[in-house]
Amino acid sequence: MRKLFLSIITTILFSTLSIAQSRSLPSVEVKTLDGGSINITEIENNGKPIVISFWATWCKPCKKELNTIAEVYEDWQDETGVKLVAISIDNSRSMGKVAPYVNASDWDYEVYIDPNGDLKRAMGISTVPHTFLLNSKKEIIWQHKGYVDGDEDELLEQIKKIAH
Amino acid sequence: MLKKITYTLILSLLTLNSFSQNNSSEIHGNFDLNMQSYQEDELIGAEAADEIILNNAYLNINYTKGDFVAGLRYESYLNALLDFDDNYKGNGIPFRYASYTIDGLEVTAGNYYEQIGGGLIFRSYENKGLGIDNAMDGIRLKYSPLKGVYLKTFIGKSRTYFTYADGIIRGADAEVNINEALNFESKTRIIIGQGFISRYQSDINPKFKLPQNVAAYSSRLNIINGGWNYSGEYAIKLNDPVGSLTAEGNNYANGNALMSSLTYSKRGFGIIAEMHRVDHMEFRSERAQEKQYIINYIPTLTKQHTYTLLALYPSATQSEGEFGTQIDVFYKIKKGGLLGGKYGTKIIFNFSRINALNGGGSYLNDNEEHNPMFFSVKGEELYYRDINLEVYKKINKRVKVTGILAKQSYNKDVLEGKTPGTYGIVESTIAIADISYKIKKGHTIRIELQELLADGGEGSWSMGLAEYTISPHWFFAVQDMYNWGNDKVSKQLHYVNVNCGFLKGANRIAIGYGKKRAGIFCVGGVCKEVPSSNGFSLTISSSF
Repeated sequence: MRKLFLSIITTILFSTLSIAQSRSLPSVEVKTLDGGSINITEIENNGKPIVISFWATWCKPCKKELNTIAEVYEDWQDETGVKLVAISIDNSRSMGKVAPYVNASDWDYEVYIDPNGDLKRAMGISTVPHTFLLNSKKEIIWQHKGYVDGDEDELLEQIKKIAH
Repeated sequence: MLKKITYTLILSLLTLNSFSQNNSSEIHGNFDLNMQSYQEDELIGAEAADEIILNNAYLNINYTKGDFVAGLRYESYLNALLDFDDNYKGNGIPFRYASYTIDGLEVTAGNYYEQIGGGLIFRSYENKGLGIDNAMDGIRLKYSPLKGVYLKTFIGKSRTYFTYADGIIRGADAEVNINEALNFESKTRIIIGQGFISRYQSDINPKFKLPQNVAAYSSRLNIINGGWNYSGEYAIKLNDPVGSLTAEGNNYANGNALMSSLTYSKRGFGIIAEMHRVDHMEFRSERAQEKQYIINYIPTLTKQHTYTLLALYPSATQSEGEFGTQIDVFYKIKKGGLLGGKYGTKIIFNFSRINALNGGGSYLNDNEEHNPMFFSVKGEELYYRDINLEVYKKINKRVKVTGILAKQSYNKDVLEGKTPGTYGIVESTIAIADISYKIKKGHTIRIELQELLADGGEGSWSMGLAEYTISPHWFFAVQDMYNWGNDKVSKQLHYVNVNCGFLKGANRIAIGYGKKRAGIFCVGGVCKEVPSSNGFSLTISSSF
């Protein structure tokens, strides 16, 4: 059975080798802060760039990244029209803290929660923070693992490259 | 022969490219490698590994074509890192699945992860850092017949290491977003959910008639109005005796758990008050098995700390019985004024207290019966208490400061499963300063100073860390933990670690050298004990 499965995968791998390198968002449901659900492919920014940033309330560098960008977010939006979507990977231990933390921090981001790591796995993330940049077709064109001070400058440069 | 036919069939299907139309296919995934060398160090009690180098690695591959997804994970433990259970051995593909969605119905065959509500009765998940992976293998269906109604049902076996447990797990869950389902606009939104889980395991016990089917169910409610949010879940697990050959060893009592939280938040302010009560609620995929077989998740009701000394004595849920309360306050002082300064100031306060249920969890067998009080708040044995205050302030364009003060009480006997009365409660006071200074564009130096003053346990600790980062590619860090307050002079040791790393786009490579102390390592609310170690480490993480 395992051999059969392996053969199938190998076949799929080879049969798709010639496909272009575009990368779209996986079709995965995430939770909204008001208890609902949304498929991540439904996020929209009218053809303007979208940044997706994975974070958690217990992750120091994640909060540093999002707090730093929050200070300049209005300028970024004026300049490039970018929208930031922050996806928390807090599980049921800490997901209740996401909304009060986000509100108290004055963030203007769109925030969703991925409590059992479904989207995290589908997007190949092993550690947070992990940031993706999406172009007008919502294709992932750039990504970055981790955050150290100053990384937001590189992100802005990448956004500017695709902003019209 | 049959295999060949199937294979040919699938091959031709693929060649015909007929999974779905007008969708190009994509392949993505990620790779992680953790390698560690182990040298002996008698002082810290670190053991050398016979293999010198141990290595864990994972490769995930996901293939997508329209509404069809398939994937696998290759896992390699040659041999597993010392802090992993040595039942993780060798190479294999323990995770593979295929799934498609059509007209609101999602069908998955193979491996999957699933959770019912907050996880009180069932959670299948993975946490590589803690060596946890109880993925399911079987069939799962998810269906949304109309907007706001979400149904799911699944059947399968739960993974333990490279095999599957004996029990067959069946589950179902329904969630209804009342406002969306009935299509009415209201300031108040209500979501209700009902979950059910059942484990079948045959009874081969010669002496006792054990329940072959063990059920657990949970109901949940979420009410949201403006800045207010109430969330609650109540779960019951029916009797699940372990099947010991003595009547005393079997506990026929039912288990139950309650989680409840109330949140209020507005711009610049947020508060959340939570409580939970857990009574005989551990649920495993096989009777009488170890912790690796647990298939439910009872969230720990304390703050998950990230600074090393704050997390030195971490809490862990006692699923046989505990009562806990927690309050978090988030506040941002506006710009201007003495406290707000030029950029505003953030304050986070957290309090949590966990104690025993009156006399322990529910117990019922031929010789003994015990039903704990519901509100076991006062006078019961303390398991854990934590009061902490964090202040974050950006001083100017170059300097950012975080300061934390905390007071923790840690019941070492209970939380580490030692004989009662051996260590008692470790009381500690912790202070932390984290200062980062931007030298020039892209170059930042960050200093962490941590101090833990403790009675009991290993005594007092100091820690210092200096980190130099060059955005976006490099980081260098050196840290020292010093157990200067240990009662035994021979144990007053330094644990020095040096790390550096290189990041570029989707790849991250880090190397480290140093000594790690033995202790409890917790991620995502679950803890494991790790041995002390001494040596080199290499970590590679890559996505494609």
